[in-house]
Amino acid sequence: MADMVIDQERAIHRSSGFRVARLFAGATVPVLAVVAAILAIWYAACVPMNIHGTVNLARVHGFEAVPASRGERRDIGAFALVSRNPAAIPFVWSEEKPRLPAPHQVGAEIWRTVALTAPNDRRGLVYHAWTTLSATALGFAIGIGLGVALAIGIVHNRAMDLSVMPWAIASQTIPILAIAPMVIVVFASVGLTGLLPKAFIAAYLSFFPVVVGMVKGLRSPDAMQLDLLRTYNASAFQVLMRLRLPASMPYLFTSLKIGAAASLVGTIVGELPTGGAGLGARLLAGSYYGQTIQIWSALFVAAFLAALLMAVIGAVQGVTLRRMGMVQG
Amino acid sequence: MRVYSSEVAADGDNVAEPGRSSVVEARGLGLTFQTADGPVHALKDVNLTIPSGSFVSFIGPSGCGKTTLLRAIAALEHPTDGSLSVNGVSPDAARRARAYGYVFQAAGLYPWRSIAGNVRLPLEIMGYPKSEMNARVGKVLDLVELSGFANKYPWQLSGGMQQRASIARALAFDADILLMDEPFGALDEIVRDRLNDELLGLWRRTGKTICFVTHSIPEAVYLSTKIVVMSPRPGRITEVIDSPLANERPLDIRDTPEFIEVAHRVREGLKAGHGDG
Repeated sequence: MADMVIDQERAIHRSSGFRVARLFAGATVPVLAVVAAILAIWYAACVPMNIHGTVNLARVHGFEAVPASRGERRDIGAFALVSRNPAAIPFVWSEEKPRLPAPHQVGAEIWRTVALTAPNDRRGLVYHAWTTLSATALGFAIGIGLGVALAIGIVHNRAMDLSVMPWAIASQTIPILAIAPMVIVVFASVGLTGLLPKAFIAAYLSFFPVVVGMVKGLRSPDAMQLDLLRTYNASAFQVLMRLRLPASMPYLFTSLKIGAAASLVGTIVGELPTGGAGLGARLLAGSYYGQTIQIWSALFVAAFLAALLMAVIGAVQGVTLRRMGMVQG
Repeated sequence: MRVYSSEVAADGDNVAEPGRSSVVEARGLGLTFQTADGPVHALKDVNLTIPSGSFVSFIGPSGCGKTTLLRAIAALEHPTDGSLSVNGVSPDAARRARAYGYVFQAAGLYPWRSIAGNVRLPLEIMGYPKSEMNARVGKVLDLVELSGFANKYPWQLSGGMQQRASIARALAFDADILLMDEPFGALDEIVRDRLNDELLGLWRRTGKTICFVTHSIPEAVYLSTKIVVMSPRPGRITEVIDSPLANERPLDIRDTPEFIEVAHRVREGLKAGHGDG
C-alpha cells in the first residue's frame, strides 16, 4: 500500500505539471512574492519621499512647478505636492541625490562599484567591503576565543562564576557608539590604527553572546553523565574535552550567529569616526556629501557580508554536527 | 526439569562465605541528606557483606535507599555514619583505582559518539593503548551482541540495544565489580527478560561481582545469589535472602516451586518492612 503511494508520487514527480506545482510548494514562490512586494512598496515610497526635491528641479526637468514659490512648496505636504505636480512623478526615480534612491539606482551603483571597479581601487566597494570583513573576522575570532575562555573559567571556577558575568553584562549596556571613538583614540595614541582598533570593537560586541551560549552549553550535560565520568575517575580537563565541549557545540553555533552579526556592526561603527577605508567610512562619506545612493549601496553590501558570515557559520555547523552524528538523517 | 540443590543459608546474617573474599563490607552504615525540610535518613544502620563473585540484588519500594546504597559503594555519595569498604579500601580509593563499572538507569550514551566510540570512552580516559582499545571494544560489543552496530549512533538503536551498549561500556575496562542501578527499568518486559538472561550468562562467563538495584521481584529472584530486601523511612535492610537456585538458570526456572518459594519470601520481607514503616 505504502509502495503504491510512493509509486504514484514518483509518477507525479516525473510529469512536467509537477515541476510547476513544486515551484509553488517550495520556498521559491513565497520568497519571490515577498521580494516583489518590498520592491513595490519601495518604488511607491520614492514618490512622496523625493517629490520636493524633484519639483525644486522642475526647470532642469522641463516642467512647471506648482506652486512656483519654493517657500510655499515647503509648507505643502508630500502627497498634496504629488497631486499638483503629476508631471514630476517620472523623475522621482532618477534623481542624482534623492532622499530615497530607487532600487534600480542602488543596483546600478553596486554594479558600477563592485563589478566595474578594480577590487583594490579605493573608489570600489570591494576594497571597502574587504577592509570591513577582515576587521570583522579578526575581531570575531578574538571574541570567540575570549568568550569560550571566559565560559570555561565561569563553569570551573566559582569566583569567576560570581564575578565575571555581571561585568560582561555591564559591558554590553554601554552604547557602542559612545565607546567606539574612545577606543579609536586610545589605540591611536599608542600608535595602533587601522585593523586592530576596529577588531577590538568587534570583539567587544561578539564575545558576549559566545560567553552566554557557551556557559549554558558547558553546563548542559546532566548529573548522570557527569557521574559516569566520575566513576571513571576522569580529570576536570577530560570532562571538559570529552563531555562539556562536545555537548556545548549546538549552543556554540547559535551564539556564533549572533556574535557574527554583532562583530560586523561593531566594525562598521568603529569605521565611522576613522574615515578612510571600510563600509562605515563609506557610509559616513555618503552622508557628508548627501550621496544617498552611495549610502544605500554600502548598506546592501554590509547586509551581503552579514549573509555571507551566516552562510559560512551555517555550513560549518552543518558539517560539524553531521560529523558528530548529532543530526539525524 | 533439573533439580536444584537448595541450601538456604539459615540466617540473614550475611557473613562472608568461607574461602571467598568479600568485595563490599558495610558496618553500621548511615547516610543522611541535609535538606531544607530537615535531615532525610536515606540509609540507617546498614550491615552488609557482599562476597566476591556473587550477584546481589537490592530490592525495595522507592525511597528505601537502594540507589543511595549503590551510589555510596560507587563513592558518588558519602556516608555520614559507620564504615564502608570496597575491595578492602575506602569507596573513594576503589573509585580512583577504577574498581567498578557503573550502569545507570538510562543508557546515557553520548549522542556525538558512535556505539564503539561510547564503549571506548572509559578506555580513552584511562589511557589504554590504541590497539588494545580496539580489541577490547570489539570483545565487549561481542559480549553484549552488538558487534554489527559499532559504527551506528545511539539514536539509531532501540532502547534495549542502547542499554546493552552501556553495559558493554561498563565492562570495557577490567573492573571486577559491576554496579547496576535499575538498568532495565525503562524497558518492556519482553526485552527485559532477554537482557536478564544475557546478563546472567555474562556474569557466569566473567565471574564479576554484580550489585543490581531493581524494584521487580521476579527480576531479583531470577538473577541473584543474594537478595537484599530494603524498606524506607529510614532506608534500611530488613532481610537478606541467599537464593537456593543454581547459577545455571533457564528462563522457565521461574515456574519452579523453588523460584516461587524465594519470590514469596521476598514478598513477605517487603511486606514486613512496610509494616514497621
